[in-house]
Amino acid sequence: MALVEFADFSFKYLGADSLALRKVSASINEGEYVVITGPSGCGKTTLCRAINGLVPHFHRGYIAGNVYVDGQNTRDATVALLASSVGLVFQNPANQLVTLNVEKELAFGPENLGVEPQEIRKRVEEIIDLLNLEHLREKHPHEMSGGEQQRLAMAATLALKPKVLVADEPTSNLDPKSAELILDIISELNKRNGMTVILVEHRLDLVAKDASRIILLDKGQIVADGAPRDILPQDISMEIGVGIPKATQVYKRLQTKGIELSRVPLTGEELAMLVGEVTSS
Amino acid sequence: MILVEDIHFSYDGIYTALQGVSLQIEKGERVAIMGTNGAGKTTLIKHMNGLLRPQHGRVIVDGTDAKSLSIAELSRTVGLVWQNPDHQLFLDSVRKEIEFGLKNLGFSPEEANEQCTQTLKNLGLEGLAERSPFALSGGERKRVALATVLATEPRVLALDEPTIGQDAHQKERLASMLLDLNERERTVIVVTHDVEFVIENFPRTIAMADGRIVADGSTSSVLSNEDVLERCSLTPPQLTVAARALHKVFPQVPERLALLSELENAVSEILGVVP
Repeated sequence: MALVEFADFSFKYLGADSLALRKVSASINEGEYVVITGPSGCGKTTLCRAINGLVPHFHRGYIAGNVYVDGQNTRDATVALLASSVGLVFQNPANQLVTLNVEKELAFGPENLGVEPQEIRKRVEEIIDLLNLEHLREKHPHEMSGGEQQRLAMAATLALKPKVLVADEPTSNLDPKSAELILDIISELNKRNGMTVILVEHRLDLVAKDASRIILLDKGQIVADGAPRDILPQDISMEIGVGIPKATQVYKRLQTKGIELSRVPLTGEELAMLVGEVTSS
Repeated sequence: MILVEDIHFSYDGIYTALQGVSLQIEKGERVAIMGTNGAGKTTLIKHMNGLLRPQHGRVIVDGTDAKSLSIAELSRTVGLVWQNPDHQLFLDSVRKEIEFGLKNLGFSPEEANEQCTQTLKNLGLEGLAERSPFALSGGERKRVALATVLATEPRVLALDEPTIGQDAHQKERLASMLLDLNERERTVIVVTHDVEFVIENFPRTIAMADGRIVADGSTSSVLSNEDVLERCSLTPPQLTVAARALHKVFPQVPERLALLSELENAVSEILGVVP
């Protein structure tokens, strides 16, 4: 079975007029890097909440269909139980940090899940190493920069050894260099460690190159689902207001003038390379 | 006109958030302030409407030292839209929220009602008037916070990270609204990390790092300066990266290209297609 499985899942928040998610079906397998995108209010955040069980256990409402995470139906599993499978990272890291230093922050989650002290010590060191946090060890989280805080929040999430990392716009408060660093770490975790990643992001120019798959949501429904190079040039992406990478937009404009590049570029370097290819052939 | 002269500010007396910032912004300008997290960008704009007062140096708004003006007086000239709308919104309907500020400025209930209706219409928020701000999506709350400030028609509008959480269409709408206000002689100042938004809409950029101004000039010159980008933790946008890479092989492509149509035309020329 898929790691995360949406089976005809619909959800309406208590008191809301319309469905936040409408008959969503999608299977996400281990090792995938899925970017969820779409206009504001399209249901991206609700989708994340449905994976970690906040929908329907904390946010109540009308529910139809099912979500399975690591084989468990989220209707039956508690949020605490799901927390050991699903690691969540939010937009604002400061809301997620609870302790006074890096080691305590990393130990906090596993302690709450009853992990043995020896195992916790081992994990803390592994993660400090993995995310390059050594130089921050003695620093108070509230003295850290936004980028450092987000790195720590992500590390604390990974200390729970989740099977899937769900990140809801994790870089939107960060300066571009810090954002790039966080996204590079996420991409590395996916490529090198096989971590399954589900990332909500508007700015596809930053993430399309790393993603294996993009799911496009509009008004609570999946309107496109596939590889970035297949999804982004489609008219629907432009119509619903997705931030299509500029390189991909140039590709589309060239196409209308009869110039065909050999593939759809997702980055500036790639665009330049593909143009060079046309001139040399 | 806003004149900032050598201002220093520290929140706790130890760490200095601003260490000698000077700048001048003329009426009708569109200026972006960019830089690292913690560079002092938000601290700087809070000095423009008196939310913070300089511990050294001075701020002059329209020829008057801000020192002699109250926050209420300054807010009439400089409207500040905060990064987090939840710090700005506190009433139980969007309409009440907007009318609150207007009544504080001396609008009669009827005038406030009319101004509120007009502002909501301009922002395409008519349908939300009676809703509670807290039941809205993050992007919608951000637009409501903007509406509360816009309704008071300040001559200078300063926005802190207005594009966060906004999709492509909303960003376009925000940009066209800001350009429209600017055409009606409003000065627009924006603090943002969004390089593309700045390149497309703001002719002047001030880049900051460590409480100081690192560069202040035309957006194209500031954002194509490698040293500035490095010091301010900025990354060049895709189109600039593409233009630079093309320039190495095709010297006729200027390295500074920034807009989509410019790159499209340059590539068309290289490939011998009529633009």
